[in-house]
Amino acid sequence: MNRRIKEKIIEGFFFLNGIIVIGILVGIFVILVRNAWPAFHDVSVGDMIKWPSWNPDAYTTPTYGILPMLMSTLMVTLGSLAVAVPVGIGAAAYLSDVADPRVREIAKPIVEILAGIPSVVLGFLGIVLVGPMICKLTGRYNGLNAVNGSILLAVMALPTIISLSEDALGSVPRSYEEASMALGANKWQTVIQVKIPAAASGILAACMLGMGRAIGETMTVLMATGNAAEFPGSFLGPVKTMTATIAIELGEVAYHTTHYYMLFVVGLMLFIITFFVNLAADVFFHKHTRAR
Amino acid sequence: MDNKIRMKAENVDFFYGRQQALKGIHLDIASNAVTAIIGPSGCGKSTFIRLLNRMHELVPNAVLTGRILLDGKDIIAPDVDAVDLRRRVGMVFQKPNPFPKSIFENVAYGLQINGMKDKGKIEERVIESLKKAALWDEVKHRLHDSALGMSGGQQQRLCIARCLAIEPEVILFDEPCASLDPISTHKVEALILELKKDYTIVIVTHNMQQAARVSDYTGFFYMGEMVEFGRTEVMFTRPRDKRTEDYITGRFG
Repeated sequence: MNRRIKEKIIEGFFFLNGIIVIGILVGIFVILVRNAWPAFHDVSVGDMIKWPSWNPDAYTTPTYGILPMLMSTLMVTLGSLAVAVPVGIGAAAYLSDVADPRVREIAKPIVEILAGIPSVVLGFLGIVLVGPMICKLTGRYNGLNAVNGSILLAVMALPTIISLSEDALGSVPRSYEEASMALGANKWQTVIQVKIPAAASGILAACMLGMGRAIGETMTVLMATGNAAEFPGSFLGPVKTMTATIAIELGEVAYHTTHYYMLFVVGLMLFIITFFVNLAADVFFHKHTRAR
Repeated sequence: MDNKIRMKAENVDFFYGRQQALKGIHLDIASNAVTAIIGPSGCGKSTFIRLLNRMHELVPNAVLTGRILLDGKDIIAPDVDAVDLRRRVGMVFQKPNPFPKSIFENVAYGLQINGMKDKGKIEERVIESLKKAALWDEVKHRLHDSALGMSGGQQQRLCIARCLAIEPEVILFDEPCASLDPISTHKVEALILELKKDYTIVIVTHNMQQAARVSDYTGFFYMGEMVEFGRTEVMFTRPRDKRTEDYITGRFG
């Protein structure tokens, strides 16, 4: 066979693979939009926002307020970031600057293995371990709440944050470190005031990817947060996130009802949120790699 | 020697792991003078200058024997804090390495980490340092712009200003002009000559003309040993050692 034709075929093969990925993304978006669309005939956007609760099985008038679950998702996500970001950056700084190289060689793969723990296992730990601990500490009788979900999601987001932040810190030019040390800074000052700011865009990208993971996570929050379809009162109250709502209800909902379409609206929102979070992460990441 | 001795290396051996980089170095560094260290690539000159403020400690497996004295006190001794030492012995690197911060923050950084809190005082010192580094007129209207937007020569003078801000006594220049154009090089050299009134200066350079232009004393390093040391004008006109003569006449290097 002619070499040029061969080249063309190989090129076409890789092009096709790239296109498939984009096609899947667009396809998912189209399916979500098509299934969500009829909901807007039945329920106005104003009502979706105004209704204080998500109660599709109500005897008289079902309500489809999306704010409670949006709020729940936000609370659990931000709560998890509040835990995972400081711990993650601290751990990354430890691995990249404090740890003995031998320790790092062992610790980093372990952190990455942590990412492989099935979410249902973490959810289980939420029920049997974190929940009872929260009960003991707060004196409540139910430990399945937003805090529980936040802690578990933090555990899920940590590997991403640690691993990518460590890479970002490791790619800070050595000359910055030398300049700082030569000015009489100690290791600690150098890490906090020079290395972390220099790696900021990479660390930010890491946190955004961790956040993307937390927003989309389903099984863990479904098991650990209590799933009360009401407006979340506090971090210690039960919440029902967008992902949990879809997972619980989509399997049992009657086909082509308002409820069914509304679940796709929720899915569409989730898709858009994670899309933009990941996009932001990507932008920060490129800023980071370009800055070098 | 006419000037008072400020720093002194006594019988210094230095190893990276098992590989010996410096052998039995004896060197006196005079106060308020420029001491140049020249030699071909890999001769140990950069390795040596980094010992003078213990930057070699950032490299794992570095082993140093012998003594390095600053005002008669051994700075390698375990009871000497490297952080304190580096505040007295500043360093300017081969490649300009300003932090990815603003021009102002770059100079203020050293002051802040040394515990200076008074904003007015910091500003005063920043301006003074930029003036001393002959950079003030070029940057006074853009102190809060990123330092990375400056030219290479300006960046290097910023690094000098940053170093001056913490008021060191000795300044080490590790090939400060290696990545600069001739005009910037000229500015940095003029600055070094100006600075020697107030500071003790050591400069490593692979550029012999530069050593001849700026230094009072020169040491020639070759393969980890110091072959010859003396007043610069003597060394460049009447070298005693054959290797020195070969090097400065351009027969190798």
